[in-house]
Amino acid sequence: MGEPILKIRNLQIEGFADEQWKPIVNGIDIDLNRGEVLGLIGESGAGKSTIGIATMGYCRPGCRFVGGTIEFDGVRVDELTSAQIREVRGVGISYVAQSAAASFNPAHRLIDQYVETPVQHGVLKFQQAAKNARAMYATLDLPDPDNIGKRFPHQVSGGQLQRAMVAMAMSCEPDLIIFDEPTTALDVTTQIEVLAAIKDIVHRFNTAAIYITHDLAVVVQLADRIMVLRYGDLVEESKTHEILNNPKEDYTRDLLAVRTFRKNSEDLVSGPVPLIDINNLHASYGGEIKVLEDINLSVEKGRTVAIVGESGSGKSTLARAMTGLLPPSQGTVKYSGIELPKSYKERTKDQLRQMQMIYQMPDVALNPRQKLREVIGRPLGFYFGIDGGERDRRVKELLEMIELPTNYIDRFTPELSGGQKQRVCIARALAAQPAVIICDEVTSALDQLVAEEILKLLDRLQKELEMTYLFITHDLATVKAIADEIVVMLRGRIVESGLKDEVLTPPHHEYTELLLSSVPEMDPHWLDRLLESRATVN
Amino acid sequence: MRFWLSLKRAGLPAHIGIIVIVLFAFAAVFAPWLAPYGESEVVDAVPWATPEESGTLLGLDQLGRDLYSRVLFGARNTIALAMGITILAFFMGMTAGFFAAVVGRWVDLLLSRLVDIIMAFPTLFFALIALSIFGTSIPVLVFVIATLDSTRVYRIARALAMDTNVMEYVEVARLRGEGLWWIMRREILPNTLTPLLAEFGLRFCFVFLFISSLSFLGIGIQPPAADWGAMVRENGVAITYGIFTPLVPAAAIATLTIAVNLVVDWFLRKTAGLREEY
Amino acid sequence: MGLTRLIANRIAFGLITLIVITLLISLALEALPGDFAEQRLGQSATPETIAAIRAQLGLNEPILVRYWQWLSNFLQGDMGISLSNSRPVSELLATRLGNTLFLAGASAIVAVPLALFLGILAALYRESLLDKLISTSTLAAISLPEFFIGYILVALFAVNWQIFPAISSISDNMTLGEKIYASLLPIATLTFVIVAHMMRMTRAAIINLMQSPFIEMATLKGLKRGRIVVHHALPNALSPIINVIVLNLAYLVVGVVVVEVVFIYPGLGLLMVDSVTSRDLPIVQACILIFGATYISLNMLADILSIISNPRLRHPR
Repeated sequence: MGEPILKIRNLQIEGFADEQWKPIVNGIDIDLNRGEVLGLIGESGAGKSTIGIATMGYCRPGCRFVGGTIEFDGVRVDELTSAQIREVRGVGISYVAQSAAASFNPAHRLIDQYVETPVQHGVLKFQQAAKNARAMYATLDLPDPDNIGKRFPHQVSGGQLQRAMVAMAMSCEPDLIIFDEPTTALDVTTQIEVLAAIKDIVHRFNTAAIYITHDLAVVVQLADRIMVLRYGDLVEESKTHEILNNPKEDYTRDLLAVRTFRKNSEDLVSGPVPLIDINNLHASYGGEIKVLEDINLSVEKGRTVAIVGESGSGKSTLARAMTGLLPPSQGTVKYSGIELPKSYKERTKDQLRQMQMIYQMPDVALNPRQKLREVIGRPLGFYFGIDGGERDRRVKELLEMIELPTNYIDRFTPELSGGQKQRVCIARALAAQPAVIICDEVTSALDQLVAEEILKLLDRLQKELEMTYLFITHDLATVKAIADEIVVMLRGRIVESGLKDEVLTPPHHEYTELLLSSVPEMDPHWLDRLLESRATVN
Repeated sequence: MRFWLSLKRAGLPAHIGIIVIVLFAFAAVFAPWLAPYGESEVVDAVPWATPEESGTLLGLDQLGRDLYSRVLFGARNTIALAMGITILAFFMGMTAGFFAAVVGRWVDLLLSRLVDIIMAFPTLFFALIALSIFGTSIPVLVFVIATLDSTRVYRIARALAMDTNVMEYVEVARLRGEGLWWIMRREILPNTLTPLLAEFGLRFCFVFLFISSLSFLGIGIQPPAADWGAMVRENGVAITYGIFTPLVPAAAIATLTIAVNLVVDWFLRKTAGLREEY
Repeated sequence: MGLTRLIANRIAFGLITLIVITLLISLALEALPGDFAEQRLGQSATPETIAAIRAQLGLNEPILVRYWQWLSNFLQGDMGISLSNSRPVSELLATRLGNTLFLAGASAIVAVPLALFLGILAALYRESLLDKLISTSTLAAISLPEFFIGYILVALFAVNWQIFPAISSISDNMTLGEKIYASLLPIATLTFVIVAHMMRMTRAAIINLMQSPFIEMATLKGLKRGRIVVHHALPNALSPIINVIVLNLAYLVVGVVVVEVVFIYPGLGLLMVDSVTSRDLPIVQACILIFGATYISLNMLADILSIISNPRLRHPR
């Protein structure tokens, strides 16, 4: 093995926020051998992305190097002139960003952006680089590899574009690639393609890599070694199987334990009439683009029905159609056996009150100019005419229910953390004393540990208040955790539905099968086994 | 308290701006008491008499009136008029803009097309048409400029309200069953106020310069009322004789606009920082 | 498909705006307080002469008919008769228009390259001393009324140093050199105003662009700064820059009016302002139509060019 390809000592980086410099990375050491894959894992604010691009001698605007050394292939990157650093970037170390759509230049063809690095650095002649590009597109399983390079970035799909960026990163056959959350923005079934492509490339060319992600299950598929980071500090560093089987720190154990929460769904009883009954529902945007077709669904009181699907499946549209934000073109939504008007504008105050929503982004679901008193208190005043001291008392009760201190009543919403904001959204929904709460991707924007807490809170509230949930999500782990029933959607239609155990145990509908099998597991061999089994089927 | 603290930290340019604005406002309010002579009182029938010759602070104008007194009264007329027009323009533009954004559909389409057409044509020319038809009086001036300027306010208010309107907290309010007025007042307005405040400063500058230009062109505020733009025009010829009288009111216009711009600039940077904090 | 349709839409909107404006201008006659014919005749008005004039001017026809007549006459070069000196408007306008075009054109030739160069420089060396200097001075410059800048230049160059004339008298028998010399101060004033606006807008557009993730990607590919700017930023900056240029040319159309008055420059703007004061409506109509059409066409051009320079629209899926 010899000397490590990358040697970082005591790396310190600061970021500018609130008119002062604050540390984001506090003295991190990294040793990476040739051909080794290192996983950097942590929640938001862990400093993992900042470390990743720092290896290339780059700091984003608003950040600065404070101390430490970065040695790549025997050269001190932190001491190079900007001209010398350029020779390292793209040739020695290359970068794969989270959003390929934003990181490709919209004005140039894919292949021109591929050949740019080798040609500009004088590594290869144009013809040779273009030939390599086509070969690399073929290796990465892109369709029509000879011609796809002639397309512009906006002309290919998200998963393909992400693979094209992996190809571009390989254009000079670098010694090290930085993968910065390359699959986070993708659907699970697309994520598989990209993960497989990355794994294949890294092994084939024996390239060292740093793989940055917040998803432990993803990183174990690729990494030889994993560093767990939190608030810019190292929590734990070990070989992948060590981390999985023998974690030393509590925080690592918490990350591993995530997604082990299971709702206790026993003795489900059905009432005489389902609480919500949807019949033959159709919806479209502008009368042309059909987004929902023939949806039939009934929800029993006190249950959690999970609606699962990938982007474009129509699952969020279903919520909009039910609430009347997007009046359905056909079909009915019944509440307790009574048909609801199609548009929310025609529904009575009481009908509106019965169905509350919680959203994916608590940041934009809360008015930043309001205090919690008004956020949670308004439904009390609006629906029940409660005001003054009585209202404050009720708001405090609700705050206790969602496990927030009662003195938060005077805080503005931007003063809260992401998880706390989501709790406030829950309290606002509860204040209306609804029959059903529609949860639209409520945990997707949160860090995993926080998300788990929210799921537990929702479960507790369901038991205490006999609440009914309609849980819309793309995340099957969440579904497994909280659902009583599962509805699988694909391109605006329901492909399979039933009780959780029925849906999760084979035989499945083929799309359910694809979806289920695509969810990464905390097992280093999961991806290999999956690809193998899919290869034998085909 | 926090406001004073951030004001203290605002930096020299903003401080200069604030001091100038306060001074001008003071002059405008107390003009009759500060001015040694009346608005159109002839001190001495010597056009453009120097300060020494006339015993006044800034000398006399083309009709022998005291320039200093007229600058003070000009502050009163021009600033008050610009302020009134800007407020009226904001009232019209914001109401229409919020309404279009929240209601959407044909209301939005109709208002936006109308505004597009008005904005596709220079304000100055619209004002010229209108003023040549209706003649130049203060009410016509106020109404015409406010209407024209409200199209700019409409665009901004509508865009800001649109951005806020798609926020889920507004959707929550709709689904709760809140009325249009409540949504505009409690959800949209507080979240668009900061950028609109900055825009108010910029629009004020624009209106102020615009009135001055119109007066300078002879179709704004009519004599004998003192107005800075008109004073520049009336005394314009003097400059060719090496008399700098017209530069005094022109400099007053420039000083006030720069001051407002400095404050707005600081305000924009401050609020941009706030947004990152969230 | 999408491209041609967008452009067609834009042209249609430009045309509609022009029609609305011309309609408005032609109807200006209607709204005029007092009888137009009465005003035309002034003191000598008798009921008979008024009736004669009304008939002669076609004032008894329905509005739309008159609009159509006015428009078709206008397009054939017949812009009516001046009320103040009874000469054909087209004759009065001809030389004036040339003078104004000369003034605006000369200012644009100086201002556009200068502003783009300085604006891009300020954006690329953001937060440097140069950038701060440029930003502060342009902020001050856009706060100044055009006539203030004009008078300052007069005070310095015409009165104090006596290098250039304070009043720009232009006539047809002057050589190009003489013309430039005579109109140097108005050109300088206009340039000053336009450059300040254009530089601020260029700077903002480029800074906005340089923060895109694809620029960060280009940096991390180890490309030279020059290459990043020319190959990655510029193709995407084309649309905002074209917009900045054309919008400021449109602004020039308005600015020229005030500057002509300051320097008593014998152009269209001065003529228009004088005519507004004397309420010589046929001249005002003609001037506004010419200025307005220029302004609208420039705005239309800006939109069309920025549509064309968008790669997403040029290469549809």
